[in-house]
Amino acid sequence: MSTVVKASRRDFLKIAGTSVGGLVIGFNWFSCDSPKAEVISTEEILAQAKSFNSYLSISPTGDVVIYSPNPELGQNIKTSFPMVVAEELEADWEKVRVVQANLDTERYDRQLTGGSGAMPHSWEILRKAGATAKFVLVAAAAKTWNVPVGEITVEKGIISHKASGKSGHFGEFVAEASTMTAPEEVTLKDKKDFKIIGTPVKNVDTKEMYTGKPLFGLDFYREGMKHAMVQRAPFGMKIKTVDDSAARSVAGVTDVVTFGTSVAVVGTSTWPLLKAKKLLKVEYEPDGAVESTTDHDRIFADLMANGKAEVKREDGNVNQAFKSAAKVVVAEYQCPFLAHSPMEPENFFAHVQADKVELIGPTQTPGRARDAAAEITGIPKENITVQLTRLGGGFGRRLRADYAEEAVHISKAINGPVKVTWSREDELTGGAYRPAVRYRFEAALDAEGTMVGYKLRGVGMNEANSTRPNNFPCGAVENVLIENVVHPTPITINPWRAPVTNFLAYAEQSFLDEVALEAGKDPVQLRLELYEKAKTNPVGTMDYNVNRMIAVTKEVAEKSNWGKNPNVKQGLSVYFSHRSYVAQVADIEMEGGTPTLKKITAVTDCGMVVNPIGANHQVKGGIVDGMGHAMYTNLTFENGTPKQKNYDSYRLIRMKEVPEIDTHFLDSGFDPTGLGEPALPPTGGAIANAIFAATGRRLRSQPFIEQKEFSDIKLGIKRG
Amino acid sequence: MPNYNLKINGKAHTVDVEDDTPLLWVLRDHLGLVGTKFSCGIAQCGACTVHLNGSATFSCVLPVSSIGKAEVTTIEGLSEDADHPVQKAWAEVDVAQCGYCQAGQIMTAAAFLEENPKPTMDEIDNAMNRNICRCGTYHKIREAVALAANTK
Repeated sequence: MSTVVKASRRDFLKIAGTSVGGLVIGFNWFSCDSPKAEVISTEEILAQAKSFNSYLSISPTGDVVIYSPNPELGQNIKTSFPMVVAEELEADWEKVRVVQANLDTERYDRQLTGGSGAMPHSWEILRKAGATAKFVLVAAAAKTWNVPVGEITVEKGIISHKASGKSGHFGEFVAEASTMTAPEEVTLKDKKDFKIIGTPVKNVDTKEMYTGKPLFGLDFYREGMKHAMVQRAPFGMKIKTVDDSAARSVAGVTDVVTFGTSVAVVGTSTWPLLKAKKLLKVEYEPDGAVESTTDHDRIFADLMANGKAEVKREDGNVNQAFKSAAKVVVAEYQCPFLAHSPMEPENFFAHVQADKVELIGPTQTPGRARDAAAEITGIPKENITVQLTRLGGGFGRRLRADYAEEAVHISKAINGPVKVTWSREDELTGGAYRPAVRYRFEAALDAEGTMVGYKLRGVGMNEANSTRPNNFPCGAVENVLIENVVHPTPITINPWRAPVTNFLAYAEQSFLDEVALEAGKDPVQLRLELYEKAKTNPVGTMDYNVNRMIAVTKEVAEKSNWGKNPNVKQGLSVYFSHRSYVAQVADIEMEGGTPTLKKITAVTDCGMVVNPIGANHQVKGGIVDGMGHAMYTNLTFENGTPKQKNYDSYRLIRMKEVPEIDTHFLDSGFDPTGLGEPALPPTGGAIANAIFAATGRRLRSQPFIEQKEFSDIKLGIKRG
Repeated sequence: MPNYNLKINGKAHTVDVEDDTPLLWVLRDHLGLVGTKFSCGIAQCGACTVHLNGSATFSCVLPVSSIGKAEVTTIEGLSEDADHPVQKAWAEVDVAQCGYCQAGQIMTAAAFLEENPKPTMDEIDNAMNRNICRCGTYHKIREAVALAANTK
């Protein structure tokens, strides 16, 4: 069925002509609150800046340009979002261009890339923008030809009236269309008529990327700008003394600037600063707690036993359930800190002048950078511009504005334009992290092996809730207690791709495997029985849709030939996170006496798949990322500073460590949800459960290769 | 500071830099060739890969003083118009996610295929293992290298 969208008059698309005779539609690409879009004039664009953050323009030649306000960081929405607009517009995709809008001020306040939330929030808005443009173009053609609107058809950017044989491209009607009134309601297409959505469309900026054009923040240079690198204090420390004499003597160094707990070396190019930074003699002193990983291990043990917990969920009578249980299963899981480590290190350009600030660089939250600059300089926000560059990866790191703040401090101090560049050592030691966390799970089983009681106690860090209290198996178990204990750490923690679930999923899915073993049930069967309980007799609130969980679980069992081949040892993991459902099975086979990870099968339900190329990419990339960090990556602290300072010790997954990944998508008929995150959380559990099935070793901490249970296992990887 | 005469992408350049300056920073800060990327600075990730007399080389640890008369090729000089077989394969397979590491990946692949025009998949994996992609595009990289080998 096609959908008629009604809204109040003020919610509509704003429409008008441009001075060159084109049509411009303004709309809010990222807005979560009001889905308004309107036809506007170029004169109005600036005046309307506060209302819209994106524009669809159609020129008299019929070319369609969609101005994207979105900082692309690899999740491909700079391609997939315009596909949605073009679909409803009935545009010829070959004539659609996507341009990164030159971004500034108020428009981008509501813009943020993170949490895989962009597509679900924008789906209807984008469709309405395209449909509104089509509506006014059709109305313009009907008026021009003096024929009824209902007799007009549109296909691939061509408007036709069959009976009279008249036709023309969009551009021929933009002048007339720009005088039209926005429609009270627009009809959205039936999904079965989609021609662009659901088809493989390639990334829109590949040529620039593959020829080395300046796209990224670090590629920004301006005549006369200075470069800067910053030495930051260990977490929990402050500066006692600074001796910068040796650093200042390096040729090319022009200034040394101290602000807060940081010391910046400033110069005419980057290399002298890399040398000078090593020559800075900064003495630090404690300014509160200074933590090491050994402290964290002790703190986790103490808080797990004695910490004051906040109850996040309580169903039934947990004490009674555990007292009367036939069997109790208990296990603890722990993960290390991780850095985000985008390939493009943090960087930002700032030029602070008397009454304005110019900021240019890679950020997921331009509003935060602007607000911070206003606070540091006292310059009003409206006089601060933020121009976005492409992001060389984000993974959550670029939600913070700390590196933009540094650029502002330094520019202010040297009274000139400056670009701050972080080295990899800076990124790993002075940044922000996925915090370490420890979980204790307890399951009470009745005589039939059914889980009748479930407890999860998480010890997390700072304000974050380390649990997801409405996730499976909650809803399927009568007696549940979910608690969170917080350790306040001076180490800066920050969302990391798939916040919380990036480790919690592994712990939960491994524990379910332990429960299945103790209950004498097949892991697929255990889940299906629990889903059935959640479906027929749900307990409390559930964030997940049980039917979608059942569907991905059954599908992954089928696609992976679950349990069919005794020579293949398999591990299952099924997870709902960030609005999508992903089930994975890892296969391990013995090859020449070595357990060898051969394949990961993934079934994803992210609603309708907008772009199969992008979707496949995100799922495979998420699995590789999830596997790499679960297997290999560790960040440990000593006296407030990470010990792993570069990629020689901070190990990231490489080409030869990647198995075959077999991806499948289930169309559940739901609107599309994002995929930047949901494929990552289940992977660690699928692999750990397969390793258990193959070797009998249960891995309860990451990274796997550093666990004593893994020390005599040589896991081969069969590359696909 | 000493002067260095470098041959980069077929053109002569003179730069006035300290002799320990890595080629990476000469390219980026002094010559405006920013396609070669900085990421680890210690020859671990391959984002800075260029060709030195045709061989894939980590430019982040290559002092300008050691280059001599060797010919340097960067991503900007790999082809006239993105039409090197490896670039075409990268576009065809649509390899990139964030794209930051891809210039280095392409340079590694291009040098490798010059030496080994018809590689096995294992040889491709070995050759490409020196470059890190944090987005995890390894399957697509592998596919693109194989495609380039078949279309060269």
